[in-house]
Amino acid sequence: MSAPVEVEEASKLFRPRLTLGEKIAAALGSLVETRTVRALDRVSLSIRPGEVVGLVGESGCGKSTLGRIIAGILPPTSGTARIGGEPVMIGGRKRTTRVQMVFQDPFASLDPRMRVGQAIAEGPIAHAIIRRADASPYVKKWLEAVGLDYDFAGRFPHQFSGGQRQRIAIARALAMTPDVLVCDEPVASLDVSIQAQIINLFLKLRRELGLTMLFISHDLGVVRHISDRIAIMYLGRIVETGDARRVYADPLHPYTRALLDSVPKLVLKDDEIVSFKAIRGELPSALSPPSGCHFHLRCPSAVDRCRSQVPLLREIEPARHAACHLAPIG
Amino acid sequence: MSLLEVRDLQTHFFTRAGVLKAVDGVSFDVAAGEVVGLVGESGSGKTVTGLSILGLIDPPGQIVGGSVRLDGQQLVGLDREALRRLRGQRIAMVFQDPMSVLNPVLTIATQMRLALQAHGRVSKDAARARSIEALAAVRIPDASQRLDAYPHQFSGGMRQRVAIAIALLHRPALIVCDEPTTALDVSIQAQILIEMRGLVRDLGTALIWISHDLATVSSLASRILVMYAGRIIEEGPTAAVLRNPRHPYSRGLLRSLPSRAEPGRDLAQIPGTTPSLLRLPKGCAFRPRCPEATDLCQQPPLLERHGARAYRCHHPLSAEAPA
Repeated sequence: MSAPVEVEEASKLFRPRLTLGEKIAAALGSLVETRTVRALDRVSLSIRPGEVVGLVGESGCGKSTLGRIIAGILPPTSGTARIGGEPVMIGGRKRTTRVQMVFQDPFASLDPRMRVGQAIAEGPIAHAIIRRADASPYVKKWLEAVGLDYDFAGRFPHQFSGGQRQRIAIARALAMTPDVLVCDEPVASLDVSIQAQIINLFLKLRRELGLTMLFISHDLGVVRHISDRIAIMYLGRIVETGDARRVYADPLHPYTRALLDSVPKLVLKDDEIVSFKAIRGELPSALSPPSGCHFHLRCPSAVDRCRSQVPLLREIEPARHAACHLAPIG
Repeated sequence: MSLLEVRDLQTHFFTRAGVLKAVDGVSFDVAAGEVVGLVGESGSGKTVTGLSILGLIDPPGQIVGGSVRLDGQQLVGLDREALRRLRGQRIAMVFQDPMSVLNPVLTIATQMRLALQAHGRVSKDAARARSIEALAAVRIPDASQRLDAYPHQFSGGMRQRVAIAIALLHRPALIVCDEPTTALDVSIQAQILIEMRGLVRDLGTALIWISHDLATVSSLASRILVMYAGRIIEEGPTAAVLRNPRHPYSRGLLRSLPSRAEPGRDLAQIPGTTPSLLRLPKGCAFRPRCPEATDLCQQPPLLERHGARAYRCHHPLSAEAPA
């Protein structure tokens, strides 16, 4: 179960719905001010079969939007997402079961009134992956794959802890036998000790099933641990991609470097040392992103060109890309 | 004498399902100007400890035993009015969600003025001047203009700065910070951590920094308290505890951090889940998850002190073993 993911020039614009008054005003010919958010700005990304790509960025950078487009939950405004060569969506509707998604909040992603076994079997029965009569052994197989007892199948979601619910959500996604799994912050709401258990589960599933995965997280430590390759986003654009170890060891884009530097590390020496540096300034609003390179206002190395010209993602080193006029930065 | 002395604090919640001992015999000190980190997972009692210090426990919760002394003054059992006079002035709290302290329908200027006038007569002009000064101290740009904005006009990071500025208005001796940067992006968290560190150093404010994030705590706190199931199970100088934890739970927490592991390898995991406070195992609450546990652990271990270090374990890890 693995297939390549190809996203080509995907953009997503969000426009607030017009109120009745605004619609009438627009119909009468007056200019209605619309505030458009460009959540995703011509993003291209490919994931090889069996590869795990970590998608990192701060809130509002578009990482969840990209994940949802790949998962077929959100239609892109322009551009396409394909899995194994087939478009994920046709005519604004999801046309494939080859991709499934795991969400951050396992409390919100499970129907509170549906028994766990039923929740896992529902999709595979509806899509004729299994017959209703075969549901029990099938549910057992997937519950056990995520480290839960079959006894749990008759229970309701509220009877489980957060970590167990996330296991159920993963079993539910995998029961659809997807080629690709999109995980959006799957461990962000879990305690450290439970987080480690779920990360280990992902590592195990990956080894056993050869899953292709997009792993979205704001936690750089988690992403480094689980990903082969990472992509870093800033305000709707990918600013850097490359082999995870190499990106962490030697980032090419100033934003990647600043982001890595701003993570506090464990201080193990008695004399107090500064274990991190802050990026100056605030995240700009996605409603009015800065011109040129979106990062230029906060970038320590910005030059005039960065203010006027949008840098394209280009190959700086073999298999490493960055969207920076000045890359590689010294 | 310590600034804050917490002794055998017990805060219980009387629920229909039974008595929940959220904080069950917690003792620690905080010296003037000291930054103490309080870490633990959800349900460990770290937040309830913070709320108990400020007297913010409401029914069905109740402080059923122990004492909290600030500069020698007993806070447990003080009446509402006396507590109100202390809170904001001598002791303040910063929460994870700044909107839980900011009123959405009042401007920041009004809220800061009310906070100032709650503890004495302050003219409008004087309040405004002090508010601008406080906002500038937490690096809010254009403080004099931003003062007239409403909370929703600020970003998450700026709102948390406003909450910190309000907490600092009366130069309290102690601020309890409950996961103040958890909801923020890493780049904003780094800014606030660095500013906070500078502020407490300049003002001599003591901090109790409550967090589940060991790295954040280690970059700020000189001493660390680790809680599990309502009790402190280990304490000591932060770097020493993180270098060489003596309690198996502290070691388990450290080992499960992805940043310390070889990428792609299985993380060391603590088996099982945090126990329900309603059904705690007998003896050491960590026993069912502990690789070192023996029959002896059926007896509750006591907090043993050895110099600056203390731990509550029958089988402490070797003093040389790294995490």
